[in-house]
Amino acid sequence: MSPVLAGILQLLALIAALALVHRPLGDHMARVYSSDRHLRVEKWIYKGIGADPDTGMRWPAYLRGVLAFSAAGVLFLYLLQRLQGVLPGSLGFSSIDPDQAFNTAVSFVTNTNWQSYYGEQAMGHVVQTAGLAVQNFVSAAVGIAVAVALVRGFARSRGGDLGNFWADLVRGVVRILIPLSVVAAIVLVACGVIQNFSGIHEVGQFVDGHSSGGSQQWNGGAVASQEAIKELGTNGGGYFNANSAHPFENPTPFSNLFEIFLLLVVPFSLTRTFGRMVGSLKQGYAILATMATIWVGFVALMMWTEFAHHGPAFDLAGGALEGKETRFGVGASSIFAVSTTLTSTGAVDSFHSSFTGLGGGITMLGMQLGEIAPGGTGSGLYGMLIMAIIAVFIAGLMVGRTPEYLGKKIGTREIKFAALYILITPALVLVLTAAAMALPTPGNSMTNTGAHGFSEILYAYTSAANNNGSAFAGLNADTQWFNTTLGLAMLLGRFLPMVFVLALAGSLAGQKPVPATAGTLRTDKPLFTGLLVGAILIITGLTYFPALALGPLAEGLAS
Amino acid sequence: MNNSVTNTARLLGAGLRALLVLTVVCGVLYPLAVTGVAQALFHSKANGSEITSDGKVVGSSLIGQQGYGLDYFQPRPANGLGENSVNTQYKLILSGATNRSGDNAELIAWVKEAKAKVVKDNSTVDYKVRPSQVPADAVTSSGSGLDPDISPAYADLQVHRVAERNGLPVDRVRKLVDQHTEGRTLGFMGEPRVNVLELNTALKDLTKG
Repeated sequence: MSPVLAGILQLLALIAALALVHRPLGDHMARVYSSDRHLRVEKWIYKGIGADPDTGMRWPAYLRGVLAFSAAGVLFLYLLQRLQGVLPGSLGFSSIDPDQAFNTAVSFVTNTNWQSYYGEQAMGHVVQTAGLAVQNFVSAAVGIAVAVALVRGFARSRGGDLGNFWADLVRGVVRILIPLSVVAAIVLVACGVIQNFSGIHEVGQFVDGHSSGGSQQWNGGAVASQEAIKELGTNGGGYFNANSAHPFENPTPFSNLFEIFLLLVVPFSLTRTFGRMVGSLKQGYAILATMATIWVGFVALMMWTEFAHHGPAFDLAGGALEGKETRFGVGASSIFAVSTTLTSTGAVDSFHSSFTGLGGGITMLGMQLGEIAPGGTGSGLYGMLIMAIIAVFIAGLMVGRTPEYLGKKIGTREIKFAALYILITPALVLVLTAAAMALPTPGNSMTNTGAHGFSEILYAYTSAANNNGSAFAGLNADTQWFNTTLGLAMLLGRFLPMVFVLALAGSLAGQKPVPATAGTLRTDKPLFTGLLVGAILIITGLTYFPALALGPLAEGLAS
Repeated sequence: MNNSVTNTARLLGAGLRALLVLTVVCGVLYPLAVTGVAQALFHSKANGSEITSDGKVVGSSLIGQQGYGLDYFQPRPANGLGENSVNTQYKLILSGATNRSGDNAELIAWVKEAKAKVVKDNSTVDYKVRPSQVPADAVTSSGSGLDPDISPAYADLQVHRVAERNGLPVDRVRKLVDQHTEGRTLGFMGEPRVNVLELNTALKDLTKG
């Protein structure tokens, strides 16, 4: 069997697995967020928080909950890192410097998981499991909560009530993420992912048969439990520097495919949850089809360019295997790279900086679409619904009608929120990239020169502002400039869009639904999927083309 | 004004309490439960899949090693591997890739150099290696720098050298490689591969045993 065919079969296997699981999981999530009942453990948690889970919240109250919880998360994680040096269970690792601690705290709370540190030498057990891994759960649950609030905005009328943030947060963790993570973590251990609380561990080394062998020092760690939620919550922050390329995080071809499945399963299944909650499964399918079309298209392009391996070093080597693991090969690495950048994951099983020029461009474009195909847990769905609003607006302009979506009028107020949403991340990416290029020192962090050096910086801000977290990792981002500006990009790129999503949700929830007429654009048909795919590609293309032309396109076309 | 400060403080308090409660659930109970199950059911795997030779631990079957003598099968290059720069009371391996692009001059030089070395090292008196025979994995660094595997093509290329240096028949060494070649999982997942540490451990048993 050729590697190309094996790659295609792996893609088909993934599609089959996702098709099988998205229905029951999507239906389960719809029940979780629609139920009136509380589990006993949830009641204990609400008592601990001191919140009444049955109080409905209007959008400002919902937003205040999101922001307060996230602010507490940043503060706690920052202090935990600053105090690591005196915390027990930290392997004697020293405290993290202020700018890096800020960057990392923001990174994990915003579901970005950009890492300017090396996991194996910097973070002890306590920070990894009680700090970073906790944010893997809760930042994902916050994302889903905001998406559910928007869906309720469409589904409910005239009340303005979007649900209760604390209830949505706790249910997402207790009823969805924890059960799935337990199963996933045990599957990963069965594949060979480590799960222990050993200290730094000295073991023998083969070296060569004549000498008695040297030794090597290893980190132990609760890796499987963190790996599971790292993928499932579309987080992506690796326990080790090499992330999911590290054999202790991703030991076999099966674990690799399983991890790709994990990072896609919640975002894809949420389209079903959406369909259920707005009372039309077909509306969910139209969104699912849009996401799937872009994802499959990007995988096909990536496999094409990586198997063709244009580039002087790859031509010389006879394949684009630099930065790729033998056990995964080019096919599976291509699927992982596209899936991780079209979601907000940012985990990597191969290093994007050593992809072909065009391959690197595909990973960047994936993030620049706004991570909506299928996107992050929750953030993918709300990002895609914003694009759907833009698409019906464009269609409305063509025929001169006030656009509607799901029975709600898209008026001036709604389109303003949607427009602000799609302007934030490009503004952050392009302004900060330009600033970094214009200043004298940030360029010193580049490993590569020329177009690829520019790409390293463009990639960094694209990744941070879109809350992805992957990198063209040649860039030395542990400088005050990058820790600070990337930290700000992550914060603004996460929470400003959420403000507009919740404001939009509030505005929609306050409207009386309008009955569909013969003139209403049908948003549950393939025609709409086509319109939506087109709108997404054109809007992103127009925004980022000049920047992409200077970086990955220049590199890709030259080789 | 005063009122809004109190409200903000109250809200932050609720956020902090929620975080602490969820930290107990997700950051303490969850990892401990998974560790318990993992240690009970998959003890060896949960602790790093160590392999022993002559009664001594010689590493993990998952973690590739550098520094084998030419009597043994060689792993992929690992130009992205580093050593720890902080917490230097330990001597930790930092996993990582080179992150060099396809048009990077240094990467081009590394590939050239590696290719010349593979050709030279593996050519024996009655077996000449041509540069076109050298597979891509033999001259490129992996993503982790800890790739435990090489392609079957790279292992085959090394058979003559290993046989000659150990005074073994070529067919015997080739058979050993075949025994350690793992195909794609279920026929389609990943790529065929040979685990270098396991192969070398078996080779050592053969020559010293």
